[in-house]
Amino acid sequence: METRLTYAETLSKEPKRWITTLVIVLAGLILFSWSASALQSNSTGGSGLSVAKGIIIGILHPTPSLLLTLGSGGVPYLLFETIAIAFLGTLVGAVLALPFAFLGASNIVPRPVALVVRLAVMAVRTIPAFVYGLMFIMVTGPGAFAGLLTMSTCSIGMLSKMFTESIEELDRGILESLDAAGCNTFDKIRYGILPQLMPSFSSTLIYRFDMNLRDASVLGLVGAGGIGAPLMFAMNSYRWNDVGAILLGLIILVLIVEWISSKLRTKLMKGE
Amino acid sequence: MKLSAYDRIFKPKQYVLESGRTVQERRSRLPLVLVILIIATVVAGEVTGFSFSTLVRRISFFFVMLRDMVPPDWSYMPRVWQPLMDTIKMSLLGSFIGAVLCIPFSVVCASNLVKNRFITGFFKLFYSVVRTLPTLVIALIATYIFGLGTFAGTVAIAVFTFAYCGKILYEQIETADMGSHEALEALGVGRLSAIRYAIWPQVLPQFISTVLFCFEGNVRYASILGYVGAGGLGLILNERIGWMEYARVGMILLALFVTVIIIESISSYFRSKLT
Repeated sequence: METRLTYAETLSKEPKRWITTLVIVLAGLILFSWSASALQSNSTGGSGLSVAKGIIIGILHPTPSLLLTLGSGGVPYLLFETIAIAFLGTLVGAVLALPFAFLGASNIVPRPVALVVRLAVMAVRTIPAFVYGLMFIMVTGPGAFAGLLTMSTCSIGMLSKMFTESIEELDRGILESLDAAGCNTFDKIRYGILPQLMPSFSSTLIYRFDMNLRDASVLGLVGAGGIGAPLMFAMNSYRWNDVGAILLGLIILVLIVEWISSKLRTKLMKGE
Repeated sequence: MKLSAYDRIFKPKQYVLESGRTVQERRSRLPLVLVILIIATVVAGEVTGFSFSTLVRRISFFFVMLRDMVPPDWSYMPRVWQPLMDTIKMSLLGSFIGAVLCIPFSVVCASNLVKNRFITGFFKLFYSVVRTLPTLVIALIATYIFGLGTFAGTVAIAVFTFAYCGKILYEQIETADMGSHEALEALGVGRLSAIRYAIWPQVLPQFISTVLFCFEGNVRYASILGYVGAGGLGLILNERIGWMEYARVGMILLALFVTVIIIESISSYFRSKLT
């Protein structure tokens, strides 16, 4: 017969977790101090603060002429070009990612094949964006086209991973019941598979478009079009007012797109 | 049934059931979406100069660099170690600092803990703005302020982690179960202690999992930062590409690939334990 414990006894019977906690904290501290050893910088001679002040003041006073010109050098057109690059980049990326996604889904192909395909996707993801940028510039020459292709290649990794996840979540029961109702293969794809995949696929695509718009500045490094190139150019020549104008445009655009995309995605998730 | 503008133009389909009731099915939005998509594609194609024929004709040039990367130059490996470790250290420290920094900000953001709409709104906007700042721009600015080197890279990664993990953390706090928090407050426990004992244990596993996920991505991202002089693998990567020593580039990328796989498998093991 078990006796009723007093509160003090209950407390003392609490599982002793402090050893696990201690080990985790110690491991964290060791990793922390190990990584802190990498902190080195060629000191700017104590002028860091004044440099920072100059940069911040510059960025907070954006060049109005750059923000408001509608010509091909102004921020509005550059943003428009960036949107175009991100949009087509996402679309082309989706087309490229589809085969990877289906071949990487373990409910469609045998497990070893899926693993190999996933490894290949990881390899594609490992190569940094600017290396792809340089490769594509050899194909198309510098410009927005190269940026678009770079963006689509960089999208493959994430897109195919998310696509694969939704493919693996396919409900087979629906296909079976369609079979039982006498549907042919085309009907099964149209009424059984597409309705299941479309919402999650389009949600992923919208999200990726959002990300691509943010990553557009990476492309500027290699001269692959969009707003990135003028941004990097202005930064390298210390024109902080211009940097401020471009960043302001980019931030406003990204905030608007993010707002729209999260609205759309909640709609898709609710299945409207 | 509420009719939107689209439904008023394209009238819903009417069905008469056997019982005599009529039901309406709204017309599919698909045609409208398709038309918008096609227009957008055509416009974007014009703006970016997309051309299939160029792509098909010249795609072989894409593989020029890749072909030279195989086989990688193994003798270069000893000189990859140091920058590789720098990259890992940068992302580890940056993720750590960013993750710790975002905790107080996320608490202030959560509308279930702070009742003042103005404060939560302000800090949420702050997160959004920080998140839109491209990491490369932060890294470049950091190199101007802190000088070239890994410190600038660490700052950039910390800022990115701060914004990314912070947003997810405040969303989690907002969806946390408030019952135990209320109970503790009713008992007269202070606000901070109530958060510490009621909210924190709820969000901690998911938060650590988010940070680990972010760390995985940071290792990959840290390799780009070297391009602007912020230390790590990108530095030698950029250098070797400049010298067109593609076999060595191949070695660097291979080392990065293996590292990323190892880190991802370790971190996904811990994440599966956490959730």
